[in-house]
Amino acid sequence: MNAPTEAADLVGRSIKESGQLIRRWFERLTLAAERGDPTAYVFVSGNLIEVLQAFDMPVALPEIYSLQTAVRHVAHDYINTAEDYGYSADICGYVKADVGIQLRGGEHPLAKIPRPSLVIASNFCNTYIKWAEIWERLYQTPVFVLDLPSTREAYHFSEIGSPGFERDRRYVEHQVRELIGLCEQVTGKKFDIDKLREALHHSNQMAASYRRMIELNRNVPAVLDAVTDGTAYLGVANALRGTPEGSAFFAAAVEELEYKAAHGIGVLPEEKYRLIFVGVPCYPIYRRFREMFTEHGGVFVNSTYMHFASGGFNYNIEYDLEHPIESLAAGALYSGALSMDKMFFIDQPLAEMSREYRIDGIVFHPIKSCRTVSTGLADARQAVMRLADVMTLYVESDHMDRRVVSEAQLKNRVDAFFEGMATRKLQRAASREG
Amino acid sequence: MVYAAGVDVGSTQTKAIIVDEHGQIVGRALIDTGANVVVAAEDSFRAALEAHNIPKDEVRFVVGTGYGRYRVTFGDTQVTEISCHARGAVHMFPRTLTVLDMGGQDTKAIRVSPQGDVVDFVMNDKCSAGTGRFLQHAAFALGIPLSDVGQRALDAQKPVKISTTCTVFAETEVLSWLAKGKKLEDILLGVHQSIADRSVGLLKRVGIQEEISFTGGVARNVAMVAILKERVSSKLNVSEDSHFMGALGAALFALDHVKAGSVVAAGREA
Repeated sequence: MNAPTEAADLVGRSIKESGQLIRRWFERLTLAAERGDPTAYVFVSGNLIEVLQAFDMPVALPEIYSLQTAVRHVAHDYINTAEDYGYSADICGYVKADVGIQLRGGEHPLAKIPRPSLVIASNFCNTYIKWAEIWERLYQTPVFVLDLPSTREAYHFSEIGSPGFERDRRYVEHQVRELIGLCEQVTGKKFDIDKLREALHHSNQMAASYRRMIELNRNVPAVLDAVTDGTAYLGVANALRGTPEGSAFFAAAVEELEYKAAHGIGVLPEEKYRLIFVGVPCYPIYRRFREMFTEHGGVFVNSTYMHFASGGFNYNIEYDLEHPIESLAAGALYSGALSMDKMFFIDQPLAEMSREYRIDGIVFHPIKSCRTVSTGLADARQAVMRLADVMTLYVESDHMDRRVVSEAQLKNRVDAFFEGMATRKLQRAASREG
Repeated sequence: MVYAAGVDVGSTQTKAIIVDEHGQIVGRALIDTGANVVVAAEDSFRAALEAHNIPKDEVRFVVGTGYGRYRVTFGDTQVTEISCHARGAVHMFPRTLTVLDMGGQDTKAIRVSPQGDVVDFVMNDKCSAGTGRFLQHAAFALGIPLSDVGQRALDAQKPVKISTTCTVFAETEVLSWLAKGKKLEDILLGVHQSIADRSVGLLKRVGIQEEISFTGGVARNVAMVAILKERVSSKLNVSEDSHFMGALGAALFALDHVKAGSVVAAGREA
């Protein structure tokens, strides 16, 4: 096979496949709704999906099906339905889009969303638990709240193997065993530990590939856009976690990205600025938001989203298949606590990332809907500027609600950000020459 | 002669500045933006040319700035008002390290390098609290011309506390203070203080460094200047041309292009 044919076959393959896989995932939800299959609702962070895979339960991720309504420019319809019902304008847009979907009997642009037979919420996000209570009230669905102890002292993380970590791990392990019992009740199936092993094996494979993909973006030019491509990969990472399809997808994605790196094929024909994105994307104007940066030659080389929304795939942990339940508990605890820590103490990781990925600028994108991911970003921005020699941009909008997205104001700030970086580049070039 | 021009199409007013090859202002014009942004840009540019008898074809480069910068159809390129206010302020006050630009719909705090380059900036969020619009609404609610509110506010004795940050609700709050029998001047000063507090908050977010230059339309308001001077306890530069600072910066960027040789053909349409 000659090089041009290889490129044509490989480049862009993973993004195309991610779309197909997510469509199939939605089809499976429709099928579950039509057949009345017991379906679990879980969140992106702190979900123990592998346990559900061991029971062959279809998994619905409300954050993902909600954001799809914004990407498809219909979120406002669902949000309005929820607000007409009485939900406040200040409540998370994900929640209100879901409430709109539930009030319309599961109607969604891509699927019919089945009612939940089981909900797993976690304390990772304070909204998760209140959101789960909505389904509990609507459908009397059993809700399992996974309580992940966080760091007990700022900047002092209990590392794996330490006495503190082991105490917390046993607490989480007990919860995993409780969940297994609940799944047996809901599905009427007996727990098969080998099926859990298999799911964890696939998660191990997916995680290794996922980390390799992020690592490959140290390459100049970057081989993936950490906002748009990153979101597509995150969709598969969450929806197909612990499955052979997910594992095969990521192995193939790595093959594609390694090819791009080896052949100098970047995201843009000309990469001028390497950026980090902090926060959750602006889904109501998803493509336009990216264009505001790419039209200046800016590429998002890394993002905090690809880390905190990956369910721990970003961390260098591997489940021990000899002790699957114990190991699953350790993984959930470690990734949960560390992700929460990094959300509040993001300055140092961002400064390191800036150096490692040769970053020109960092874009902070707090959103009205979500205080969990937005609180502290203004302070973090200032702290990072003291630690790293990068330009920063602070732009506010929302991930769901187009009423609080002002494209003209965003564009103005983005343009000024690039003007600042252009000046910096010129000055640095001049000082090198002079 | 060779000239360069900057046209700043703001949400409330459109400003045009023409500079000569030494960067000296030789022409200026200010008009209300109105509903037709394209026409406002053209009219302001034409007015600046005519008022100072500058032949249009001697203006070799035009930079558009402000929200309507892409609607300056005769412009040669665009630069954001953030960069332009920084450039204009440093040109006028060379020791400037911080710029506060208070316009009709935006307030910006900008930290600049000694060369006038933007180091960092923050702006008010999507609502208009803390901007000139806030002042405009209060003036309307009190039935006072906008041009008089600053002077009247200086006559206050016991300013009220305006607690809302929403421009629309502020109007209601102003009316409720009137209903309680508060003096008009006291209410006005309260409104000014509320805006100033938010602006100082923005300045702190970029880090206040002397000297501060105050630009934008609200810089013509004497009460705002007085309150800010008190709040920032740093040297606050204000010029009679403060509201032209964005257009001046744009004209200076245009002059860079002229000097670099990237001039456009004579006979532009405007």
